[in-house]
Amino acid sequence: MDAFLSSLVSVAFHGVAYGMILYVISVGLSVTMGLMGFTNLAHGVFAMAGGYILVSSLGNAVPFPLALALSFIVVAAGSVVLERLLYSRLYGASELEQVLFTIGLIFMSVAIARLIFGTLQQPVILPEYLKGQFSLFGRDFPAYRVFLILFSSAMIAGLWFGVERTIWGAMVRAAVDNRAMAQSVGINTKRLFSITFAVGSGLAGLGGALGAEIIAVQPTYPFEQLVYFLIVVSVGGLGSLRGPFVAALLIGITDTACKYWVPQFGAFFIYVATIGLLLWRPAGLFGKRA
Amino acid sequence: MSQHVGYSASPRLRWTEWLPWIAAVAVFFVLPDYLSLGARVLTYILFALSLDLILGYAGIITLGHAAFFGFGAYVTGIMAAKMGITDPIIQLLVSGVAAGLLGLATGAVILRTHGLTQLMLTLAIAAVCVEIANKATDLTGGADGLSGVVIAPILGMFKFDLYGKTAYLWCLALVFAGWWLIRRLIYSPFGASLTGIRENSIRMHAIGAPVYWRLVVVYTISAAIAGVAGALLTQTNQFVGLNVLGFEPSGELLVMLILGGVGRLYGAFVGPLVFLIAQDYLAKQFPEYWYFGIGLMLVLVVLFARGGILGIIDGLVVRFKTRFKARQT
Amino acid sequence: MKITTSACAGLAASALLLALPVAAQTVKIGFISSYSGAAAAQGDQLDKGVKLYMKLNGDKLPPGVKVEVITRDDTGPNPDVAKRVAQELIVRDKVNILTGFVWTPNMAAIVPLTVEAKIPFVSMNAAGAKLVLASPYMTRVSFTICQSAYPLGLWAAKKYKTAYTAVSDFAPGFEAEECFSKGFKEAGGTIVGSVRVPLANPDFVPFMQRIKDAKPETIFGFNPAGKAATAMMKAYSDLDLPKAGIKYIGTGDIVTDEELQGMGDVALGVTTIHHYSASSDRAANKAFVAAYKKEYGENLYPGFMVVAAWDAMDAIFAAIRAQGGKLEADKAMEFFKTYKSTTSPRGTFSIDPETRDVINPEYLREVRRVGGKLANVEIETISTGIKDPLKEFDKKK
Repeated sequence: MDAFLSSLVSVAFHGVAYGMILYVISVGLSVTMGLMGFTNLAHGVFAMAGGYILVSSLGNAVPFPLALALSFIVVAAGSVVLERLLYSRLYGASELEQVLFTIGLIFMSVAIARLIFGTLQQPVILPEYLKGQFSLFGRDFPAYRVFLILFSSAMIAGLWFGVERTIWGAMVRAAVDNRAMAQSVGINTKRLFSITFAVGSGLAGLGGALGAEIIAVQPTYPFEQLVYFLIVVSVGGLGSLRGPFVAALLIGITDTACKYWVPQFGAFFIYVATIGLLLWRPAGLFGKRA
Repeated sequence: MSQHVGYSASPRLRWTEWLPWIAAVAVFFVLPDYLSLGARVLTYILFALSLDLILGYAGIITLGHAAFFGFGAYVTGIMAAKMGITDPIIQLLVSGVAAGLLGLATGAVILRTHGLTQLMLTLAIAAVCVEIANKATDLTGGADGLSGVVIAPILGMFKFDLYGKTAYLWCLALVFAGWWLIRRLIYSPFGASLTGIRENSIRMHAIGAPVYWRLVVVYTISAAIAGVAGALLTQTNQFVGLNVLGFEPSGELLVMLILGGVGRLYGAFVGPLVFLIAQDYLAKQFPEYWYFGIGLMLVLVVLFARGGILGIIDGLVVRFKTRFKARQT
Repeated sequence: MKITTSACAGLAASALLLALPVAAQTVKIGFISSYSGAAAAQGDQLDKGVKLYMKLNGDKLPPGVKVEVITRDDTGPNPDVAKRVAQELIVRDKVNILTGFVWTPNMAAIVPLTVEAKIPFVSMNAAGAKLVLASPYMTRVSFTICQSAYPLGLWAAKKYKTAYTAVSDFAPGFEAEECFSKGFKEAGGTIVGSVRVPLANPDFVPFMQRIKDAKPETIFGFNPAGKAATAMMKAYSDLDLPKAGIKYIGTGDIVTDEELQGMGDVALGVTTIHHYSASSDRAANKAFVAAYKKEYGENLYPGFMVVAAWDAMDAIFAAIRAQGGKLEADKAMEFFKTYKSTTSPRGTFSIDPETRDVINPEYLREVRRVGGKLANVEIETISTGIKDPLKEFDKKK
């Protein structure tokens, strides 16, 4: 019984860490898809970029906190450029065109990443104070994952506060609910899109950087992880904040639990569960009915 | 992507529609060393035709169409390698029916949903298929692939030879059959209703058209044709690998179709032809630039040339005609 | 005497013929590797081996004989592309021999081709054990997984009583699991658990946690040489398994020479058995590594795939020389069946005439820091020539 409890704690811990990273990366996608109605399959590219920025900075002896900040800022800035130049042309376009466009972006970024960084996985050189184990209630937990959970929780709390309590957040929520109405009350939706897109993409970059230990940074990242981000968003519900959070935690914990107890089924279970969940609640667990 | 010149024309065959077939037969005689590449192009043309049916005409976006392709490929492979059923015509029929049933089962379920949810479901189903194929090593050979696939001579007479001659003509015959079938479908009232559903499904509901069932039917037909294309691949290669399933072949097919031009029947001919030949030649020389190039091409097509290659050609033809007419007056 | 025009023509023609140099014979080698897609890094290793060989030894042929290497891309584990490309090499380019292939399914796909067209094939990597029996024209100079896994099992049981196996969830992983477990159990050890890790997801932590809770004395790991190796190593260290006294062992794939530097200190002490290590002291290897570094960069190390490519080219060239500048299929296969090389960077290896598979030396290695860099130091020679155990087991049945 003791061993079972112990493994339960272990699964919960690792599952939560993985789930948090998934959420930090995917929340931006949920908001942009709900807000701008834009199917951005290339969201994983921002996460990958954040991961590469972190790894390169650490490799150049940049202190860890600064490297993390860089991954947020650079990706956010880059996304604004992309948005103004390319994405904005397709706001009114059909879903197919957005899908194709973003898949094209994925192909291009995979090629660029391979050209610049090569095909091997990037090693993450963590600072000493984040390595090793952390003792809590007589159990050892990897220190980095503890840090992950704490830091992500702080980011998420900040995000929720921002959306619930600030004017910007109110505008976002208004525009998600009813864009036409929001525009007619004078909200500058164009600028709102840009800012929100930047925040969402920056968060993805940060998530990619934080999670570089768990989700390896390598050129095919946007392809391989696309399924998971989409699962989080579609199961959680577009445009909502809480939904993807619950979905990400659910996925993180079930994925880890399956790997631990029934590894022969592996990823199989997640896909079947997703299919089941989406058929039961097509708009996602917390999404709005169409 | 809503410029569909091909559909609105009359159902009678225009003379330009004979060109692909003449060219294909010519290739058989003029380029005997390229027949295996040719067979591959033909297989993908059939596959692309099946995708165009649901994407271009019915407006269903899927990122997992290779599930049916791969399913058909494995069914034929398993029949040939494990069950001793080696007659190619029977293999095609069974693969088509099996893939069609899979399409019916999955379509009935996912076509009730829309947008991101539907897209996600197509991805998830394709991912499940890959997992099953990887795990069921006894049936599928897993990651090592399924070998020992024996294909008997067609009608007892035409053996699949080293030069790929039989394979080429066999694929050509099937592409012809598939093309004829789809063309009949598109120019029928059923086909018209599909376009209606794609353009304005709310109005279709309003006039009482059974939208959901129409979509399920076309999805099933498309899955069956994709399954036949997969079976063809197995027959020409006498081997099945895991690469016939998953997001990569689905995505690649999407690229081929967009390149050619979606929703206009012949885009499915032009796209795979240009893509596969370019890939054969360019990918070896500049692998990373090739990958970048595909991405760039997709982006440019969406931004500037939504009708793909055929769209560009159409635009040029129209401009030429108006200039010609202007000169005449 | 009247000199007719035809007589003049005849004289001119014979003069020309005499003046022409001896016609050059070209032997064409069709080399197929993976240049695009996810496998590009491994395909690149084969490519480097071939190019290095051609640069240093490409002219060691009888006078008037040339070798031309025609390279094609199979784009990764895509057997249909591999088959088409091989077919084109045979039909269009009229090659005399095929070689290469990172991936086993690709090798499997060309089996009927080699039989129908009577073209020999020398595998530079594709390691599916039973595959080389499928066609009388196939042989291999690389390795089989069991050659390393089975002796590792026998060796490990002498040091550890319990083991847990963690392999990647695909056919080579199953082979590794089967052979290690067999060896380990035969020598008296107990396998306390086994897990198959999905290929796609790189997070090994939950699996390592499960293993840690089972408290075996050692973990046997296997993954496709590449990024999975680094991820698994990291998970092993992240969960403090070394501190818990659980040793990590495996075939050479878990610490491949090209990835090793990126793994960092966590890899120190890991024990493996493999047929090649870049840090070996053998004279032939030292020369090889030096030549490799000179050509490709001081920071790079040749992995076992580069060596296999090199050795394959060496074998093919030897076959050409043995036939006086030609490469005829059946004679080539007879030559390969009794081939032995004493100058390979890996030591001495030969081909088994019964199975046409490679007989490899196997070395016990440990990861140590040598001259500031990580290296797989060969500490013991387990055997100078092991045949593929899987096929040997089949024979005994």
